[in-house]
Amino acid sequence: MVRSFFHRHGKFQPVAPDDGRAEQKIPDDLWVKCPRCQELLYSKQLEQNARVCPKCAYHFRLRARERIFLLADDGTFHEWDKDIAPRDPLGFADGSGTYAEKLVTTRRKSGETEALVTGRATIGGHRVALAVCDFDFLGASMGSVFGEKLVRAIERAGDRNIPLLTISASGGARMHEGMFSLMQMAKSVAALARLGNAGVPHISLLTDPCYGGVTASYATVADVILAEPGALIGFAGPRVIEQITKQKLPEGFQTAEFLLQHGMIDLIAERTSLRTTLTTLLAHYGRAADHQAMLNPAPRHRPSEVALTLTEQGVVAAHVPALSLAGRSVSHAEPSPHHE
Amino acid sequence: MSDQVDDLVSAHSTALIGVNGGPPAVTGTAPRPTAWDRVKLARHPERPRTLDYIERLTTGFIEMHGDRSAGDDQALIGGMAQFGDRTVMVLGHQKGRATNENIARNFGMPRPEGYRKAERLMTHAAKFGLPVVSFIDTPGADPGISSEERGQGVAIAESLLTMADLPVPLVAVVIGEGGSGGALAIGVADRLLMLENAIYAVASPEGCAAILWKDAAKAPEAAETMRITAPELLRFEIIDAVIPEPTPAHLAAEATIKAVGAAIAHHLDALESAYLRGDPRGGDRLRADRYAKFRRIGSWRDGPF
Repeated sequence: MVRSFFHRHGKFQPVAPDDGRAEQKIPDDLWVKCPRCQELLYSKQLEQNARVCPKCAYHFRLRARERIFLLADDGTFHEWDKDIAPRDPLGFADGSGTYAEKLVTTRRKSGETEALVTGRATIGGHRVALAVCDFDFLGASMGSVFGEKLVRAIERAGDRNIPLLTISASGGARMHEGMFSLMQMAKSVAALARLGNAGVPHISLLTDPCYGGVTASYATVADVILAEPGALIGFAGPRVIEQITKQKLPEGFQTAEFLLQHGMIDLIAERTSLRTTLTTLLAHYGRAADHQAMLNPAPRHRPSEVALTLTEQGVVAAHVPALSLAGRSVSHAEPSPHHE
Repeated sequence: MSDQVDDLVSAHSTALIGVNGGPPAVTGTAPRPTAWDRVKLARHPERPRTLDYIERLTTGFIEMHGDRSAGDDQALIGGMAQFGDRTVMVLGHQKGRATNENIARNFGMPRPEGYRKAERLMTHAAKFGLPVVSFIDTPGADPGISSEERGQGVAIAESLLTMADLPVPLVAVVIGEGGSGGALAIGVADRLLMLENAIYAVASPEGCAAILWKDAAKAPEAAETMRITAPELLRFEIIDAVIPEPTPAHLAAEATIKAVGAAIAHHLDALESAYLRGDPRGGDRLRADRYAKFRRIGSWRDGPF
């Protein structure tokens, strides 16, 4: 009787997990309601199941550090560049205040300094460079710091010859930084072009939600694209499409399953087996590299001077030789006092 | 709308911005156009379009159709053409003028097959050592169901990747509307130029206002704070030069097209001299410097909080 109350069958089944996707924070409460199947879940049980509903396999959203905790081998994560901070290059203000103010409140609320957490770790014993979105920081929108941290992670992955794993959940480019944000798409993809030329793999995991400038840049320039079940992934947002085309969206539109069906992603990765999937993938690339080294013992990839200037703490001294080559001081970045 | 735009013209023609971002030579007392004024100028239906530039600046244009996969996008066109004494690969967004043409051109909003065609033509250009010249004029990428089904995001991303790695010079000119990712997809260039009344934005001012102000009618305010005008973007060093429009392009098509042609020729010559003349590996240096150019774009603070 009670059981059937919790299992809402038939016509009581909610149609879509449209409600409160953004509001699924696990509170201190003991019980959490699954937004898809409405099941009441014991929060500890949910935690133990990697925040996947044990009844309907709904994947709750994760913060960046929760993801890293779930994926990285214990104690192996070393963060990079956590002290790069955003600025307000446009002097941007909207109806609710300035960007500068918004950054202060977002930083306080999220506990993060930016929307992307980067670093190195091992997964199943394999070394990886990680770049993970935190959707709670301004919808993990991609601005200058997001782009810079991402590119530094890509460059380190290239210099050290370790695979890159990006985990995305983002609304797209950050409007508050205008064209600086749009150009991060070009910047991150250009860095990936070099990573690809160096033969270092990029594995991209798309999670709920992925839109706009992230879907149209680094997140889909990958050797393998994985997506979490049910994740919404697209270029234009569903509401925009509906408003502009006046068409009703097909069922399941822009879900990971929809993308798989249309040939846009390699596979759907269940979170509960994600570590295994990644470990297997990383083993393939590791084995391939080892085999190449056996066939041709000359080092295929020599760390450049760039690597020597990028330290573990993420302190960067003249981090790109090309910067000085170009001869224009453009980066708008204030040099860190550490550099001198 | 066009009444307002016409009112603007006299005020506007007094404000000139130097190619290298020099101070505006204001010769009258009329105010400089606002960002929103420039949005209207950039979208003016009589503004010269990509095909007008191709027609007047090149000869022997052979339009190359199709992405060899799904279709031929009329909103993003391209082909080989003779420009001066070079053959170049021309790419550009094409808006229509009359309603019918606009529908055929999808209002200049490319679908995935447009980006895949552009990518195909860029690869073709690399194969034969043709410089790439692109004309940017789009409200943005097509936001339709079928475009999503066929991978709009991936198509744009792969176009960015192809451009980042191209061993031939790329010169892009924003001639009207530079609409977000749809514009960037043919804009990862060695030299990015903008007409004085063109705009280039991460989102349309209306879209930005709808999201951040919850009111699309606040678009003029959004346009201002988003810093989408050519002089502002030159100051941020996101673009490389502003091509002056002493008279707005829709009233001085011939002069505008000529000025754009001269700017493209200047930058192609400069890139060729700096990288390709007498250096068979110049393409590698070109790519390295293109990376450096994009690598440093951003605004951040290093150091502990």
